[in-house]
Amino acid sequence: MKANLIKGSCQVIAVFMLLFSLAIHGDQDVSAQSSLQTAITNLKQGSMAEREQAINQLAENGSASLAILQALLDGQLFTLKTDMTLVIGVDNNQGYDVRDALTGTALGAMDRGAVNKINLTNKLRVSLRRTIGQLQLTVEDPAIRLAAVKAMGNEDDESVLALLKARLDLEKDATVKQAIQVVFLLKDMNSSDKSLRVNAIEALKNQNSLDVVNRLNAMVEKDEAGNFIETDADIRNAAKAALININTRLQLYSSAETVFFGLSLGAVLVLAAIGLAITFGVMGVINMAHGELMMLGAYTTYVMQQLLPNHLGVSVLLSIPVAFVISALVGIAIERGIIRFLYGRPLETLLATFGVSLILQQSVRSIFSPLNRSVATPEWMSGSWQVNDFLSLTWNRFYILVFCLMVFLLLLQILKRTRLGLEVRAVAQNRNMAKAMGIPTSWVDAMTFGLGSGIAGVAGVALSQITNVGPNLGQAYIVDSFMVVVFGGVGNLWGTLVAGFILGIANKFLEPFAGAVLAKILVLIFIILFIQKRPRGLFPQKGRAADS
Amino acid sequence: MKLIALGSDKIASSVLLVLGLVSFVIPLSNLVLPADSGLHFSAYTVSLIGKYLTFALLGLSLDLVWGYCGILALGQGAFFALGGYAMGMYLMRQIGTRGVYGDPLLPDFMVFLNWKELPWYWLGFDQFWFALLMVVLVPGILAFVFGWLAFRSRVTGVYLSIITQALTYALLLAFFRNEMGFGGNNGLTDFKELLGFNIQSEDLRAVLLGVTGMTLMATFILSRWVVNTKLGRVVTAIRDQESRVRFLGYRVEMYKLWIFVFSAMIAGLAGALYVPQVGIINPSEFSPLNSLEIVIWVAMGGRGTLYGAIIGAVLVNFTKTILTGLLPEIWLFSLGAIFVFVTVFLPDGIVGLMRRKLQERAA
Amino acid sequence: MNSFAENIFGEAPKASSGILVVDGQVDTRHGPILYLEDVSVSFDGFKALNDLSLYIDAGELRCLIGPNGAGKTTLMDVITGKTRPDMGSVFFGQTIDLLKMDEPEIAQAGICRKFQKPSIFDALTVFENLELALKADKRTWPTLFHRLSSTQYDRINHVIEVIGLMSCNQHRAGILSHGQKQWLEIGMLLMQEPKVMLVDEPIAGMTHQEVERTAELLLSLQGQHSIVVVEHDMEFVRSIASKVTVLHEGSVLTEGTMDEVQNDPRVIQVYLGG
Repeated sequence: MKANLIKGSCQVIAVFMLLFSLAIHGDQDVSAQSSLQTAITNLKQGSMAEREQAINQLAENGSASLAILQALLDGQLFTLKTDMTLVIGVDNNQGYDVRDALTGTALGAMDRGAVNKINLTNKLRVSLRRTIGQLQLTVEDPAIRLAAVKAMGNEDDESVLALLKARLDLEKDATVKQAIQVVFLLKDMNSSDKSLRVNAIEALKNQNSLDVVNRLNAMVEKDEAGNFIETDADIRNAAKAALININTRLQLYSSAETVFFGLSLGAVLVLAAIGLAITFGVMGVINMAHGELMMLGAYTTYVMQQLLPNHLGVSVLLSIPVAFVISALVGIAIERGIIRFLYGRPLETLLATFGVSLILQQSVRSIFSPLNRSVATPEWMSGSWQVNDFLSLTWNRFYILVFCLMVFLLLLQILKRTRLGLEVRAVAQNRNMAKAMGIPTSWVDAMTFGLGSGIAGVAGVALSQITNVGPNLGQAYIVDSFMVVVFGGVGNLWGTLVAGFILGIANKFLEPFAGAVLAKILVLIFIILFIQKRPRGLFPQKGRAADS
Repeated sequence: MKLIALGSDKIASSVLLVLGLVSFVIPLSNLVLPADSGLHFSAYTVSLIGKYLTFALLGLSLDLVWGYCGILALGQGAFFALGGYAMGMYLMRQIGTRGVYGDPLLPDFMVFLNWKELPWYWLGFDQFWFALLMVVLVPGILAFVFGWLAFRSRVTGVYLSIITQALTYALLLAFFRNEMGFGGNNGLTDFKELLGFNIQSEDLRAVLLGVTGMTLMATFILSRWVVNTKLGRVVTAIRDQESRVRFLGYRVEMYKLWIFVFSAMIAGLAGALYVPQVGIINPSEFSPLNSLEIVIWVAMGGRGTLYGAIIGAVLVNFTKTILTGLLPEIWLFSLGAIFVFVTVFLPDGIVGLMRRKLQERAA
Repeated sequence: MNSFAENIFGEAPKASSGILVVDGQVDTRHGPILYLEDVSVSFDGFKALNDLSLYIDAGELRCLIGPNGAGKTTLMDVITGKTRPDMGSVFFGQTIDLLKMDEPEIAQAGICRKFQKPSIFDALTVFENLELALKADKRTWPTLFHRLSSTQYDRINHVIEVIGLMSCNQHRAGILSHGQKQWLEIGMLLMQEPKVMLVDEPIAGMTHQEVERTAELLLSLQGQHSIVVVEHDMEFVRSIASKVTVLHEGSVLTEGTMDEVQNDPRVIQVYLGG
């Protein structure tokens, strides 16, 4: 699985970085080691002056001390009352989750009274912040360097600027380099030299930076008396032109972002609808419990996390097959227990499966409580990919999009390449003929239903990563996913995929204008009108068989 | 429809008889007899029975489209709610200055939202006759527009079921919005009086029960007449062989539309009778679950009989009252089980069972 | 509702003779009552009808034969409005364009159809089935208030007599035998007083006697109605048809009397050598 691969490669990189830093430290001589020891002792016990000195010593030690310094700045650095070990503690509401500051070994949860905080004066804090910024500039990870540059850019201090200037020549990463240049260009805008300012504006108009937008906006605004804050008209016009330039790009990026959100919403819809498309397309059965099968998948993820609390990523990945099996088994049970008595009576099937959905919902409510459960997101799925100031894409949505496509392709392969797929397609086209050819149709029905339900379970795992897990999780999706199936054309998986993405994107584009609720209503109305024109959906099945 | 039933009229007349007793005797004894007499029914019982009867009326309306025309409409609750809102709007405007904010024109929630004017669609609702007209017109028009679009493009079967569900879902979302001007989440409530009578008074409750019962009887008789006309037979024919009817020269979509609109109007009427008896109408009435519950009343009672819907509605709701009183958790389990049980084992409903028994006795 | 009338009047100026055609009347002055010209229908690339041209005369009884998949049922679907052809024209008389009308309009214009699989209303009685088919105002409100006049009542009873179902007049149609259902459906056609009757496999499931009576009935209707019969039973076709059309792969292979057709080498090729 690709997700696994990405996670794996992350681990490899982490190990590599660890080895790298060890290699660097391995070179250092014993005296450096001992000076580090003194620094830490001073930090723990010494006076404020000694502390300052200790901080500087730590800083000389390079990026390895960054975690300790950052914890110090955040007020998370403590000493244990028992043996004076230097520790980092993170507040967990009851006390602190503590780990050794030097080795990183987790020491478990501790009471507030068990530790002493290492305090700082305001003056120290300011210099510490600067030291950290300086250190961050040398860190391996360009994202951290970028953040450091942006933080430092806001400080009006010559020494900071000197640091940045020095870094500019060393910097290899284009994004970071650009960010440093933007800092200097922004400084240029404050200069009294007009040509310098105009040039700066000219150079900045190609930058995708919110700082630039804010600065330029400030230049074209009027003060309360109605006079322009910026007195020079040329500069104002240059700023205006630059703003127009930037805003066009801004709009482009925001459309790109909307498309991305739409695609990810579409991916969720496709995941939800695709199982339904199978059971409805092949068997003509509307499974109203489909949403609840998704809910089961989401709760499976929750339970897996409870079982493996220390292995978030593993538990989520393991949930995928487990949820598939659980939902598939429940689905097969529904098919064998109820639906097979109702073939040829689609409306009755709809009602019976709705009954099942109520029972499943209430079961979950009784077992897990009616409240929502939160499912944690593994680290590699949280956060976002900051393309630039204007565009950031959240990882969890990105992964869901990838996941959706993988499930879709896998399903397509199953239907195309396997014996089961062949039999499923045969039964879908002509049930009686398939029976006559010796295909065990009732077995195929059960397996088809199991497959569709299993995919619902898998969709539930994906959903657990973006919404709350609760008993009503499934209800919200059943109407939507049926709309996707109808819109795409029954019996056509590609139709389901395209329809899901179209509806997702349409929804996200409408939302800013109409609000989430109205957008939803508009989409519903659109589909109702669409069925007027094309009752069989985007990609209809044709021919005699389609009539019956 | 297995039976042109022997004894079907027997059941129909028994149902009418019971309805007559309930809607005349209970209100009369409550109005005439002193409160301590044995035949005096408590206010709780009276409004409970009144509520059941509005549900029976709602079930009957669904039976017309589902039982007779084969359209499994999953949005019947929406028409009920619209009728209820129309009545609720009348009741809101009757509050006048007695609201918390004492505004003579604007209902409390509008004052709260800082609205200065009454929205145009609230005009006229201070008149009872106008509200009554809207009670049937609004659901009727919605059913007409929606049905015209759906039936003309020959959307049938589960497709139709799901888009009707989508319709009620869309309305649910819309009515939750404060901007709609129907009280948002809280809906319309805190009613004071109906036609000048205190809405809390036991006498009015008794009268409302009587009115509901009589409306139900009248609608039952009217609907029975309709399904026994040639139009009723065309509708039944559409249920069984839609395309054949078309080749006989009937515009199937018009017949579907007729029965759909007729049924929506009855549902609206049921909603209007429901609201003053329970004292509130809010968006949750639009929830798809409500509409599906109506289906199960009809399925349980026995569809395509009209009285089956009445029996089913009362029975299921009585069970609901008892079970939610005893153990709230159990209700949804039971409801789910009823859905499964009725569709798998009892396709003709309770009425089907009764008829079989009657036939066996006759044989 | 009005589109039917509009249709006729809309088309009227096209009648080159300059004589205005009266509403509800079909212009058959040139002989044929049904004109199908260059009609093609395809499903997913399969040509069910391929450039088919066919003329049915007023009052004629025509038999359509052909192997499975020749396009017989599709042809009926096209005439009755169930299937829209990809190409070609279909006229009822000289003036009424059937391609602009939908199923109910075509039925009301006087083209009625019996399906291959008997489709009657099982839940209704024999009498009610015929009552529904009765030629009458078929809009909703008139139907709601419809009362049978005594002549209509007599007419229904007459048809019941013709189709031999007097004894099961008030029975539910669902309990009839297969043959009786076929008869009932033919009766429903008669009730509509059609100008053209399209009869798809009328004798499937009938006893020998029933087959004979069907043949008699169809022959007796000849002249008042134009009748198109699709049938596989060659004996039956021989007993009723004066003119036979053979369809093959979606177009007309040959036309003529039964004897001519049976001796046509192409027909023999299609049926035996195919």
